[in-house]
Amino acid sequence: MYVAVKGGEAAIRNAHKLLADRRRGDRSVPAIGLDQIVEQLALAVDRVMAEGSLYDAELAALAVKQARGDMIEAIFLVRAYRTTLPRFGYTKPVETSQMMIERRISATFKDLPGGQLLGPTFDYTHRLLDPELAEDMPVEMPDKRVEAHEHTPRVTDILGHDGMIEADGDMPDGSEIGDLTREPLTFPLERDLRLQALARGDEGFLLGLAYSTQRGYARSHPFAGEIRIGEVEVELEVAELDFPLTLGRIRLTECQMVNQFKGSSKQPPQFTRGYGLVFGQSERKSMSMALCDRALRARELGEDITAAAQDEEFVISHSDNVQSTGFVEHLKLPHYVDFQAELDLVRRMRGEHENQKSQIKEAAE
Amino acid sequence: MSSSNLETGTHPDVNLEATDLGRKSSMALLAQATAQELRQFWNDWENKPEVETLRGPETGLVMVRGRIGGGGSAFNLGEATVTRATVRLGNGAVGHAYALGRSSEKVRLAAVFDALWQEPVHRQAVADEVLAPIAKRLGESLEQKRAETAATKVDFFTMVRGDD
Repeated sequence: MYVAVKGGEAAIRNAHKLLADRRRGDRSVPAIGLDQIVEQLALAVDRVMAEGSLYDAELAALAVKQARGDMIEAIFLVRAYRTTLPRFGYTKPVETSQMMIERRISATFKDLPGGQLLGPTFDYTHRLLDPELAEDMPVEMPDKRVEAHEHTPRVTDILGHDGMIEADGDMPDGSEIGDLTREPLTFPLERDLRLQALARGDEGFLLGLAYSTQRGYARSHPFAGEIRIGEVEVELEVAELDFPLTLGRIRLTECQMVNQFKGSSKQPPQFTRGYGLVFGQSERKSMSMALCDRALRARELGEDITAAAQDEEFVISHSDNVQSTGFVEHLKLPHYVDFQAELDLVRRMRGEHENQKSQIKEAAE
Repeated sequence: MSSSNLETGTHPDVNLEATDLGRKSSMALLAQATAQELRQFWNDWENKPEVETLRGPETGLVMVRGRIGGGGSAFNLGEATVTRATVRLGNGAVGHAYALGRSSEKVRLAAVFDALWQEPVHRQAVADEVLAPIAKRLGESLEQKRAETAATKVDFFTMVRGDD
């Protein structure tokens, strides 16, 4: 028998009204605009775009506002929104080598062509809170340096010329590009699907796993070969036109991790690689992604799988924060009947326990 | 200047005397215009043609692809919002537009200018009055970003310590 218990409509309605009120907060404080969120909380917007897996800054800003700044709630909102839209197609792969670079650093080569471009970075700041920011003080315009545009080759290509490092990853001929938004994941995965999952994976989860590899759980001795942030052009082939159409530009962060070598009787030793590519400006996420990508290549590279970060099923099944929060938070929902059943069970077990005890006692007497 | 630079739609000094600026480049510029820009150009356009909307404007998604390792096989990175529209002018010219984002007005006007561009009599005017200002703004913004980034370039120097 199933008995539905109804009720709570009024409570829910009022709870949502209260939520709207608390979200707005003190009415004497001006409401925050989406443009303010996009401009001044840009990295929060970027994180929502990356893990929401939807590039649209204004929508991400709306989600941040609606979620009261709760990032995972905002990511959830964006994921829900995307299911309402039709898919027009798959773009041509973006060419990060053609990126309009806003930051580009290498921890492996000091004097690389194109130079070390620090861009707008938190690095080297003193991490002291700035009381001036509490006021709306005027901010200086950035300095400029006009110079001939220099080519910025990828560090992996520089190393690649000598065969010192493995090539960019290629999938076996004829393999279809996996899409986890279309097909449920079945393990083991190919690297393309892993990268798709990692690109939308939770930054904190991947950061923790990446850190674990540095601490010795699947150590791979990584170097940040190159990190670049900037805009790339997005192109789409459409039926009505006979050339790929430029849709605009998106900002990406790319990390090329250079890791310890691998060789065989056939192949001389060379550096291996992990790759990170993330929507928006997110160095920490792209580095974490690259470290996890490298760890998850254990099977392919013939390494012993000994650590959590190498366990594909473990990492990929738990990296999605919308899935994770859904299952963890569902525990809040009424489990009255389930719990009643368990309560009965425990009572019965305790009864049996009592019986056994008294039987033993009787036997002893 | 080479057409390959033009095709990126980002070169700082796009020379729009060239009416042979390909349709690909023209559409790339229209896709990167703002709604405000196109509204202004449309308001200023003399002898506005009749415009019939054949499709949309409708917003959907594209799955953006990256490459493994930056240059290897493709993988699916994540989606982006895209809006598209198709229009027909009174004289029958059909224009298309696709652009990132959700601006219906911008994309519908982009499709109108794409249709106008295809008519030889209007091509020069579209190039001068619409494409050139967009290219100029994009070029200036690119130059500014480049110069701002270049100012953060590290100039290494060697410090001699002690005197041997």
